[in-house]
Amino acid sequence: MQLPVYMDYQATTPVDPRVLETMIPYFTQKFGNAASRNHNYGWVAEQAVETAREQIAQLIGANAKEIVFTSGATESDNIALKGAMEMYTSRGKHLVTLQTEHKAVLDTCKYLERSGRAEVTYLAPQRNGVVDLDELRAAIREDTVMIAIMAVNNEIGVVQPMAEIGALCREKNCLFFTDAAQAVGKVPIDVEAMKIDIMAISGHKMYAPKGIGALYVRRRKPRVRLSPIIHGGGHERGMRSGTLDVPSIVGLGKAAEIAQAEMEEEGKRLTDIRERFWTALTDTLDHVQLNGHATQRVPGNLNVSFEYVEGEGLMMAMKDLAVSSGSACTSASLEPSYVLKALGLGDDLAHTSIRFGFGRFTTDEEVEFALKTSIDAVTKLREMSPLYEMVQEGIDLSTIEWTAH
Amino acid sequence: MAYSEKVVDHFNNPRNVGSFDKQDPDVGTGIVGAPECGDVMRLQLKVKDGIIEEARFKTFGCGSAIASSSLATEWVKGRTVEEALEISNTQIVEELSLPPVKIHCSVLAEDAIKAAILDYKQKSQAAVEAAEATVQA
Repeated sequence: MQLPVYMDYQATTPVDPRVLETMIPYFTQKFGNAASRNHNYGWVAEQAVETAREQIAQLIGANAKEIVFTSGATESDNIALKGAMEMYTSRGKHLVTLQTEHKAVLDTCKYLERSGRAEVTYLAPQRNGVVDLDELRAAIREDTVMIAIMAVNNEIGVVQPMAEIGALCREKNCLFFTDAAQAVGKVPIDVEAMKIDIMAISGHKMYAPKGIGALYVRRRKPRVRLSPIIHGGGHERGMRSGTLDVPSIVGLGKAAEIAQAEMEEEGKRLTDIRERFWTALTDTLDHVQLNGHATQRVPGNLNVSFEYVEGEGLMMAMKDLAVSSGSACTSASLEPSYVLKALGLGDDLAHTSIRFGFGRFTTDEEVEFALKTSIDAVTKLREMSPLYEMVQEGIDLSTIEWTAH
Repeated sequence: MAYSEKVVDHFNNPRNVGSFDKQDPDVGTGIVGAPECGDVMRLQLKVKDGIIEEARFKTFGCGSAIASSSLATEWVKGRTVEEALEISNTQIVEELSLPPVKIHCSVLAEDAIKAAILDYKQKSQAAVEAAEATVQA
């Protein structure tokens, strides 16, 4: 077992060795430019790219022509939001999104607001992280161009009701854009059944390399058009110019193929790990809270607040585990997780959260190790926690006047 | 973020973790910080003849907050109350090599010492007044 044990699969995943193996020839032997139309090097590269396009399309129920390669989900989010708001100005400038979206969506929305190109409604999710469909319906206006709601949340793993949102968008005649970076390859995504119009995909969340991603852009019923944000040689149907990163694209294609073949079985295995982990934690420790919906969540995500133990201190106490925390101390902003706050958690609880991310290479041995490490660390830090002591003494912490600093 | 060796040492082997009886007239208790801010320190001092004989802490916070309070308990021990008041956060920053984002942890430790001493002084003052009141009655 390699230490520290990696349990941060929502941050990134290792490249699957099968993916890497498929990529290697495209660095040295098959290095052609996929846009070179007049020799074999170019044709070989182009063929590889088209195979990958097909593999990704298969995974999400799309047509290969609807896949645009990008540098990752952040770029895809930018193209989707900026591109649609520029293309569909005649329809209006209203956007509806969630407060728990990834920063790549939220910051792009803020930018569009600042530059006068969009008016954005930021809906709060329910306490369990799931969007309230009635609230969503009520937020849609005559001039709403697009609904931007992520498929799976990166912090709390909550899966949104995609098909219901898609149906609502069709009914209201607005576009449905989803950031599915955490969803594709993990949970079934079907752009037809879910009526998704635009979707962001990330390579490094699904065992392909970092720096590669894709954007699904619907071609029929309705035909979606997006203004490019990067101009140049007109690659990718003009939506994303720039020489294609053939090895990474080949890798993303292979990763999609593997995910499609193994998703069901892997999903069951990871759900089982997650349930076992949660049960063992709550059997041993008191004052533990699950953040996000208990079952409507991606298999490999468990987000837990260990009350009265601060997240960064906890991560230091379990240095043999690579996890992440919603604690302020771990972020540059010194603010605790905005996602947890949007669920209605107080800052005090947000500070005590840890995200465990399980994935393809997580072993049972690692799970047992992580459990023991977490329980020991929480126990040790609670012995040091004045808050835990007060609670044990029956003091209601909310009645205390703290000296905020 | 990498922690300094001293922070890691105090975090892994915290000095003087625990509690004294808050009601003990010789004990001063200082609680500073807030759960919403991610750190709460409780520092307790046991004073005899104006000298801090023992100190205990419990801290909810990051590694630097725990290390700062652990260090504070070591530093106050053996000092007079007045000497303990001279401990400043900059000395803690220097000793633990705290980075700028962790300076607030040292400030909290200094505040905890001051709060504990204030509590002790108020208690002894109250005890003196109570004794005088008894004599007068």
